[in-house]
Amino acid sequence: MTKRLKTPLSENDVRSLNVGEAIYLDGVVYTGRDEVHIHALEYLEKGKNIPVDFKGAALFHCGPIMRKVGEEWEVVAAGPTTSSRMNSLEPQFIEKFRPGAIIGKGGMSQPTIDAMKQYGCVYLAITGGAAVLAAKGLKSVSGVEWYELGMPEAVWILNAENFGPLTVGIDTHGKSLFADVSDKVKENEPAVRERLGLKK
Amino acid sequence: MVAEADIQSAVVELLRRTVVKLPSDVEEALERALDAEVDETPTMQLKAIMENIKLAGEGNTPMCQDTGVTIFYVTLPKNCEIDVERGIIDGVRRATSEVPLRPNAVHPITRKNPGDNVGDGMPYINWKVGSNDFIEITVMTKGAGSENMSQMAMLTPSQGVKGIKEFILSTVVRAGGNPCPPMVLGVGIGGSSDICMKLAKQALLRPLNERHKDPEIAGLETELLEALNMLGIGPMGLGGKTTAIGLNIEYAYCHTASLPVAVNVQCWAARRGTMRIHPDGRSEFLTPEE
Repeated sequence: MTKRLKTPLSENDVRSLNVGEAIYLDGVVYTGRDEVHIHALEYLEKGKNIPVDFKGAALFHCGPIMRKVGEEWEVVAAGPTTSSRMNSLEPQFIEKFRPGAIIGKGGMSQPTIDAMKQYGCVYLAITGGAAVLAAKGLKSVSGVEWYELGMPEAVWILNAENFGPLTVGIDTHGKSLFADVSDKVKENEPAVRERLGLKK
Repeated sequence: MVAEADIQSAVVELLRRTVVKLPSDVEEALERALDAEVDETPTMQLKAIMENIKLAGEGNTPMCQDTGVTIFYVTLPKNCEIDVERGIIDGVRRATSEVPLRPNAVHPITRKNPGDNVGDGMPYINWKVGSNDFIEITVMTKGAGSENMSQMAMLTPSQGVKGIKEFILSTVVRAGGNPCPPMVLGVGIGGSSDICMKLAKQALLRPLNERHKDPEIAGLETELLEALNMLGIGPMGLGGKTTAIGLNIEYAYCHTASLPVAVNVQCWAARRGTMRIHPDGRSEFLTPEE
């Protein structure tokens, strides 16, 4: 079954999702990776306002290739970056800024899974490297903030239309598709070791 | 006569081709992976990958936003008098705005981004002098998601082949879904610590369907690939039959007291490009194939 959701996401939308579901998104999607997390949390500590509102938002772990055509920016390629790099910052980011969805690849660690459960946020996996397919669902660019961080690290404000397919990788019930796969890999490891003539 | 400007233009074109299109051996391996899957989630991932490859080709657009840092392998003819290095550096700078490539190269400490993929030590060029009259240039545009999963170890000789297998297995399990599987594994064995890491990356330059010329190494490549695909990490780490679409090993003789081993993890978008620039200035693009 494929669902279509619009951002900003309500807590109800988010809490109704379960791992393994395929969804498509409409509405605003913000990019943000290492530097955006660091910057936003620093701003908060200093009591400064950040330039965008992440409440209920879809935060995309992505450093896109953008091109300026006249005065307008356009998305050239925008696949996900490795989410685990944000593991140490994401629980606090979710607590303070309350995004509704994090879009990325590779999954995230237990403290983030816990924060998603507590504050109502899901992890949506998008195919890594499939940057042209992703860009196809990002129809226009409303603006950019923190451009001084560099093209990959800035906050790009993108308008999504039928953006996906996205797979719910972590839901608000504490389930993670990545943890399930990791358990299966552990189960499969003895057979792999035997095949390679290694001690079990 | 080849001029520096010919090199520059050819490098721009080589980079464009390399980030837009996959070598045929990689694309064929991905097609086989799609055919092998039965479950919905891995099938959806591989279909998205194949669709993306098609869209990138049609739109002449980089298939992945991470166009890497530019690492070159150059074989010069004897007595080459033109400044190939200058041509490559200027070519990278131009390709960054013209293709475009993502400006990825930053200062390692200040993280300052000059915006043109050029800085101290980058692009990085590995030089060789050959016996042909043409200049051969290969480039690998490899993303950080997979590069960050690469590892090396200085094993002891007594750990032997088993130690090598253990290390490769643990590297792949640790990488999980992070490097954008189905992955390609480049393995370096022997040399010294620095040579071993280089061998691991160079192993990724060999087509996936070509086994090592030493039958023993070739056997090890096949055995490891088949075993690793029993892990079930699958496309994007979401489970499935294909975790790796290729595993290539390169080796060098090493010190009698050492056994270095290195794994360079590559993503499904295993981009590599090779061209030749002939003495008359004509450039010939070999990989990816037309």
